[in-house]
Amino acid sequence: MPLDSKSPTGPIEMRWDRHRFNLKLVNPANKRKYTIIVVGTGLAGGSAAATLAELGYNVKCFCFQDSPRRAHSIAAQGGINAAKNYHNDGDSVYRLFYDTVKGGDFRARESNVYRLAQISLNIIDQCVAQGVPFAREYSGYLDNRSFGGAQVSRTFYARGQTGQQLLLGAYQALEHQIGRGQVEMFPRSEMLDLIVVDGRARGIVTRNLITGQVESHIADTVVLGTGGYGNVYYLSTNAKGCNATAIWRAHKRGALFANPCFTQIHPTCIPVSGEYQSKLTLMSESLRNDGRVWVPLGKGDKRTASQIPEAERDYFLERKYPSFGNLVPRDVASRNAKQVCDEGRGVGESGLAVYLDFRDAIQRLGKPVIKERYGNLFDMYERITGEDPYSAPMRIYPAIHYTMGGLWVDYNLMSNIPGLYVIGEANFSDHGANRLGASALMQGLADGYFVLPNTINDYLASTKLDKVDGSHAAVREAEAGVAAITKRLLAAKGTRSVDSYHRELGKIMWEDCGMSRNAQGLQQALAKIPALREQFWRDVKVLGDGEELNQSLEKAGRVADFFELAELMCLDALERNESCGGHFREEYQTPEGEAQRDDDRYSYGACWEFRGVGNRPELHKEPLTFDYVHPTQRSYK
Amino acid sequence: MRIILHIWRQRNANDKGRMVRYEVPNVSEHMSFLEMLDVLNEDLISKNDDPVAFDHDCREGICGMCGCMVNGVAHGPLPGTTLCQLHMRHFKDGDELYLEPWRARAFPVVRDLIVDRTSFDRLIAAGGFISVATGSAPDGNAVLVPKEKAELSMDAAACIGCGACVAMCPNASASLFMGAKVAHLGLLPQGQPERDRRIVAMATQANRELFGSCTNIGECEAVCPKEIKLEVIARMNRDFLHASLIGR
Repeated sequence: MPLDSKSPTGPIEMRWDRHRFNLKLVNPANKRKYTIIVVGTGLAGGSAAATLAELGYNVKCFCFQDSPRRAHSIAAQGGINAAKNYHNDGDSVYRLFYDTVKGGDFRARESNVYRLAQISLNIIDQCVAQGVPFAREYSGYLDNRSFGGAQVSRTFYARGQTGQQLLLGAYQALEHQIGRGQVEMFPRSEMLDLIVVDGRARGIVTRNLITGQVESHIADTVVLGTGGYGNVYYLSTNAKGCNATAIWRAHKRGALFANPCFTQIHPTCIPVSGEYQSKLTLMSESLRNDGRVWVPLGKGDKRTASQIPEAERDYFLERKYPSFGNLVPRDVASRNAKQVCDEGRGVGESGLAVYLDFRDAIQRLGKPVIKERYGNLFDMYERITGEDPYSAPMRIYPAIHYTMGGLWVDYNLMSNIPGLYVIGEANFSDHGANRLGASALMQGLADGYFVLPNTINDYLASTKLDKVDGSHAAVREAEAGVAAITKRLLAAKGTRSVDSYHRELGKIMWEDCGMSRNAQGLQQALAKIPALREQFWRDVKVLGDGEELNQSLEKAGRVADFFELAELMCLDALERNESCGGHFREEYQTPEGEAQRDDDRYSYGACWEFRGVGNRPELHKEPLTFDYVHPTQRSYK
Repeated sequence: MRIILHIWRQRNANDKGRMVRYEVPNVSEHMSFLEMLDVLNEDLISKNDDPVAFDHDCREGICGMCGCMVNGVAHGPLPGTTLCQLHMRHFKDGDELYLEPWRARAFPVVRDLIVDRTSFDRLIAAGGFISVATGSAPDGNAVLVPKEKAELSMDAAACIGCGACVAMCPNASASLFMGAKVAHLGLLPQGQPERDRRIVAMATQANRELFGSCTNIGECEAVCPKEIKLEVIARMNRDFLHASLIGR
């Protein structure tokens, strides 16, 4: 299969401009003749739906929640990067580009990343104009802070609720278009299949989550902005409803899934407290700006934090990485936390936690300053744990947080299925093997506000699409497939709940395909997962029926897809015999224990083609070339 | 600890609905309220009983999807806390809790504890936005916003749209929700051009949705998980008066 990234060549700062100029346009009067489906209403989907509607396209927009405002982008806390250089501290578009390529451990396309850094400037302007209440200086100018993995202050923020405020901006723009009648909104509707006609994406099959009715929606193009797949692990910082069903079923229709093993572990989450745990809560990594990470020097030290004298504390990040200290990238911080816990130096009841201590910052800056910066995060911590982080250090541990992998897209954000676009976390572009802090919001909004609305015209203007209606064989076939899955899940009438299977799958993935991986563990997982999947289909217990609101049924369909995706993730991790970014293979590390890349053999995007459940998927490679940022061993020493 | 629950069970919008008693025997103090409901549901499934349907998503207090009445109080007894962030350490062994969905004509029950809050979306669609087409914005620092104004605007913008304010209000008024949006946008220079039009459009829509009127009772402020202040309603009323008398 030829994989044409359509990545422009020439001077990198000119590529996006030239490319845009070469794209075909759709006459404003013709835009109203086209219908675009947008699935997902997070930063990517919401901003895309609003912007496409502003341009004059008819948009049909779908989300599984009760309102487009609930999408999980809302939970992002820390901030959004932009290379404004408002602080005159040496930032530039080129530096943001450089940091992102390097931070991604040289597994992303340079052209895409440079475009992202360029567009970062427009995003801030757009969001300010929408009324996003970013933090301000007393002068009224925008405030910035530095954020994990960066040495400049380029992060814009709205308290600890930046994602919420950016999402509300996009949501309000979307509602504005809904009010104008330019967008038709379908809340509580879940996409369960992609309709492909003559090789082109032409619609989706959805299930109305209130009535259970299976419906088909036809359009000229389909855009997926359905987020990441971190909930494969059961416990993650994702919202409970986050799922991979939309992208996975598109994958089963032919869309390539790229770099599925690139998952990000967030270093600062509240540790697990018991078997009933339903999700993990992230504490923004902005906390690492002022908090110091440490564990006791000695193993099994059961004293409380305040009883441990300074000389017996190990500030392990500051010790090992003097120039970045507590601000090393997420993968480095996470692995080091795991390492000290594996050594038996972890804290708390489970021993699976490290301290994040604000004592020194409170002494230096005073409690009011800390409260202003992190007040809501401290409150959240206290609410969950019942402990006061102003007087005792927080306990934190890494958790699954973000997935860099996703459906393969070209420079236009189109997948290998013509007419199927994939934006935001759902695609694989821009972050390589590791995402820097405050870059997810940037990518979601860049894709939705600025990239897709420019590139989608080209496809519509240059493609002749036949009329398709609900009676088309491809539509009927997709509907029948969806109905069959529902019927099969309800018919199993087994002994175990959906959640019990999901938990078990999550444990396998966390043990064998989590923070660090090895060939033996991955092979074990590849034996266990299909067996568990088969048991699931035989033995799952879903009560109720399909023609009503049925939350167990919704979950069952999602977990069924997680099983298949989990297998692909393990296979991808096993095939990639190197360590890079969030993918740490224990066999491949430097003598200092850092990730050891193998650029000669693995400098490519691994793009998997579905070949049937239980069959080995076919690997296609998109080679990566680096004209500007030359691959080096990442060092944050 | 052992918790006794009386939960509103209603199969769909047309079903009459009733309270049903359940017992959850081994509740840990570290569980969140929703995790306790998860445990109940697992138990119900094992007994071939339909699990309780309830809305939830982020479980970190920001998406606004969860919420129900706990002993007559929206989101339960802890101030400034969504149901998902309420932990069982705030209850004691043998407590009896009555769980009911939000009750308001503008929020019809969908199933059990789930209600339809799309009326909130229609309020925003009526006027809760700043009309700015993508790409037309000036540089972010071209618009200066005094820090105090930005902070007050952020206080109001923190609203998560959960609907607790409506559920708790004896009039089922959406004034706190609307006031929060009117204050968020109206406190910023960017929100000025549409300020009059916004409040008139939103208030008109609120009447259509059958939300009640505000009579300054203040139950909404008391249960708001984001502690939005009643001041936003005063501000909204001022805007409404201005728009009705002077604005066009």
